[in-house]
Amino acid sequence: MPFRGRGFAPAATAPPAILAFATLITVWQAVGTAEWVNPLFLPSPAAIARALWTLAASGELWTHLTRSALRVGGGWIAGTAGGLVVGCAVGLFSLTRSVGLSLVSAFYPIPKIALLPLLILWLGIGETPKVATIALGVFFPTVIAVCGGVDQVPRNLIRMAQSFDVPFSTILRRVILPSALPAILSGFRISSSTALLLVVSSEMIGADSGIGAFITQAGNLMKTADLLAGVVVLSILGLVVARTISWLERRALRWRA
Amino acid sequence: MDLLAQAIGHSFDGLTVLADVSLAIRSREVVAIVGPSGCGKSTLLSILGGLVVPASGQVLIRGREPPGCISPIAAVFQDFALLPWRSVEDNIRFVLDHRPVGPAEKRGIVADALRRTGLSEFAAAYPRQLSGGMKQRVGIARALAVRPAILLMDEPLSALDSQTRAVLIEDLTRLLDAERVGVAYVTHTLDEAVRLADRVVVLSARPGRIQDVADVGIPRSERARPSAQKELAALQARLWASIRDGAIAAEREVARA
Repeated sequence: MPFRGRGFAPAATAPPAILAFATLITVWQAVGTAEWVNPLFLPSPAAIARALWTLAASGELWTHLTRSALRVGGGWIAGTAGGLVVGCAVGLFSLTRSVGLSLVSAFYPIPKIALLPLLILWLGIGETPKVATIALGVFFPTVIAVCGGVDQVPRNLIRMAQSFDVPFSTILRRVILPSALPAILSGFRISSSTALLLVVSSEMIGADSGIGAFITQAGNLMKTADLLAGVVVLSILGLVVARTISWLERRALRWRA
Repeated sequence: MDLLAQAIGHSFDGLTVLADVSLAIRSREVVAIVGPSGCGKSTLLSILGGLVVPASGQVLIRGREPPGCISPIAAVFQDFALLPWRSVEDNIRFVLDHRPVGPAEKRGIVADALRRTGLSEFAAAYPRQLSGGMKQRVGIARALAVRPAILLMDEPLSALDSQTRAVLIEDLTRLLDAERVGVAYVTHTLDEAVRLADRVVVLSARPGRIQDVADVGIPRSERARPSAQKELAALQARLWASIRDGAIAAEREVARA
């Protein structure tokens, strides 16, 4: 009998990924060394690495990175906290569900960066409108993820807990939240990416420090190696966040293994 | 302590599923509730357990809780309803966590429930590591841990293969004789009903009314003996005769749906 069960079971392994990445860098460096493209338009990886080293050694990188990290951290924590509370309320109670679902559906698609000028008017110039923009951007996907997670909690588990007269607060903490955790952590992936996008956007519009502001300044001065160094930092930041969430998932969802 | 259902009636979206059902689950008595699909057996159990408010009639508790009782009513579910992120031991502990039971006593209760259900060596295992039969043992251990006066069992063996079911029937026979607990045992399987129950209540096709009540005169521990088989078979045939027309009607109704 010929084997018919081939395929449809993709598995990601490290060696092809490393090889693809190394090939890309090598080709890019070769293009830069051969000067096939003007370095102003496409600086070589070596030039970007040098720019990154200079920025790190001068301390400028850490100043920008710290500012961005504080904004992202503040906005993400505020948006996530609000999203968890509202998401649970929408998932658990009829009134909040009726009100919340329609409001979230109406506000979620609005690009939050478009609200930054309004938030500056409301909250003044400074850190608050940027953090608020990030918090808003994080809040809505978190509400959707948490509400979806709560909806997916197997009803039989809730009925089991109710049948043993387990109080509501314990059912919430010990049944609903652990059961919704996979969906909540998936929401964290989306909300953390949104937070990174929004910090850069808001810093590009109205800041003199932070990675977004640094990239804008480098672009204005045609310092493309510095610009791409900023982009590399963002990429590394995104990677670190994604890895952190993966680690959290592995730890918190060990029971699924 | 007895559990009394008085003139229970219930309907879902205008469809009457139970009509004028009155029955008593007396202390130390096992009452099997059988009937065609859709006759409201599980709904009746939910009403007895306080998970559904009946449209008419009432459920009363008569008498005092037995000494040492932590929760007067406990339930065992068809789909086990185990928390997958908790070990066997922690699943049992879950129903004690909100009770005024000290840590040392709690440990003792959990260990005792594990021992009585043959789970002691699986205390640290997670539900995904267990077979269906073992999962249901955890469900039974969890219910016994609260030392209930009344145990509600909703088709506890129907998700198991026939061999596991046979083994669990033997274990349940021993457990039900040893425990001083009244049991409402919903099942589709007449063999299970006559092997385990002291009294079998037959519900008619929807709306479920009490159509027949049969006492099983043979002591539970003697029902596996060849000498008891003839009498049990006759009782089973009588019960089947009561149910048959309703079962055929229910099957055709399901096919039309």
